[in-house]
Amino acid sequence: MQTLTQRLANPTRFMELSARLLPWISAAAAILLAVGLYLAFFASPADYQQGETVRIMYIHVPCAWLSMMVYGLIALSSFGLLVFRHPLADVSAKAAAPLGAAFTFLALLTGSLWGKPMWGTYWVWDARLTSVLILFFLYLGLIALRSALEDEGAAAKLTAILALVGVTILPIIKFSVDWWNTLHQPSTDFTSTVDPSMRLPLLVMAIAFTLLFFAMHLKAMRNEILRRRVKALRTQAVAGRDRLATQGAAE
Amino acid sequence: MKSFWALLHRDVTLAIREGGAIGTALGFFLVVVSLMPLGLGPDLNLLSRIAAGILWIALLLAALLSLNRIFEADHEDGTLDVLATGPLPLELVTAAKSLAHWVTTGIPLAIMAPVLGILLNLDLAAYPVLVATTLVGTPAVSFLGAIGAALTMKTRRGGLLLALIVLPLYVPTLIFGISAVSAGAGPAGIGASFLILAAISLVTIVLGPLAAAAALKVQLQ
Repeated sequence: MQTLTQRLANPTRFMELSARLLPWISAAAAILLAVGLYLAFFASPADYQQGETVRIMYIHVPCAWLSMMVYGLIALSSFGLLVFRHPLADVSAKAAAPLGAAFTFLALLTGSLWGKPMWGTYWVWDARLTSVLILFFLYLGLIALRSALEDEGAAAKLTAILALVGVTILPIIKFSVDWWNTLHQPSTDFTSTVDPSMRLPLLVMAIAFTLLFFAMHLKAMRNEILRRRVKALRTQAVAGRDRLATQGAAE
Repeated sequence: MKSFWALLHRDVTLAIREGGAIGTALGFFLVVVSLMPLGLGPDLNLLSRIAAGILWIALLLAALLSLNRIFEADHEDGTLDVLATGPLPLELVTAAKSLAHWVTTGIPLAIMAPVLGILLNLDLAAYPVLVATTLVGTPAVSFLGAIGAALTMKTRRGGLLLALIVLPLYVPTLIFGISAVSAGAGPAGIGASFLILAAISLVTIVLGPLAAAAALKVQLQ
């Protein structure tokens, strides 16, 4: 009996499965995103206090949620690479890093645009904001370290070590609004604090963004696998040519 | 354990005989701190209020400058390969080298911090706390830095990359180091921030060598 992760360890099987799944996930993401955007921008009421700017929330919250979830996914993949030597773990970590950086950047950007009308300033050195900025730097560090190393095997393991060292930031971000009394509001749980008229669009947008991420992640993983195959084929071709050349020289 | 102390002794002796490395870090510390009043204006009240923050940031930057020394020279002349195949586990090798970095960089910087505090008109009551926090916080600087140094050992132009990787990891140390000084200068005395700073140092002393050794193992394959 093979477990699911073992069955997926074969890149060829992963390519087949992801090719079948990808259109469905992409379509679901597109539909939910359209519905969510409609709900967020047209069907939901403006806030009694914040007015129309509350609509930034429907982009900001999913981005912020994804910025942490993607880092969690990278950490999990890194663990899978270092401990179980799962062949797809590094592909997953590598594909997720730029996506996570982009979502973190969007969370910071939308938060800053929202902060100007609400708090009167684009940026404050608040615990939540600062810890998310550090998360963004961590993403940049992961991407930079990988691109600075030429040997791909070594780069995979070294970035995995860095990702696991950096994972300590996640609980700090998660609890920063509870531990420090700061400008940023405490996290909204979906059950009670948000009015149903806003909770539904937020929930739809959160699911849509998550699906969007998974669609892009799968696509990026497929690209990475193809890139590695092309590279392997090229190395093989060059090695073959070299062998022929040396044979020719010997004769 | 004997070889652990031997390695520590060797690294400390090398750093002292070389001289330049410690001098560079201390000189950099002095220059950064003395640039601050030039940039911020010579208002002594303002300087005294932000002195702890300036000292901590300058200390981190000075330490950052010396991090690549931890493994690079030994990697270049092949000593690291010998150490890796020797009887001492690689985790203890990295621990000894991080400890040597703390002894030769962290302690001198921590001793120099109160001296530079004079330049910034630091409150007299804050001196004991400042010495205590820098001494307790600098092990975290060395042991976290060793992880970054091990990760970037083979990269060309690793300096900037090292800063990008290590500075986010330094943020908790910086935050609690500064809040411990400002809390300690008040009537409440050394409080929770100091204990958290000590906890950060202890955790990095335990986990830092493991991560650095894992990175070195990959690099030396």
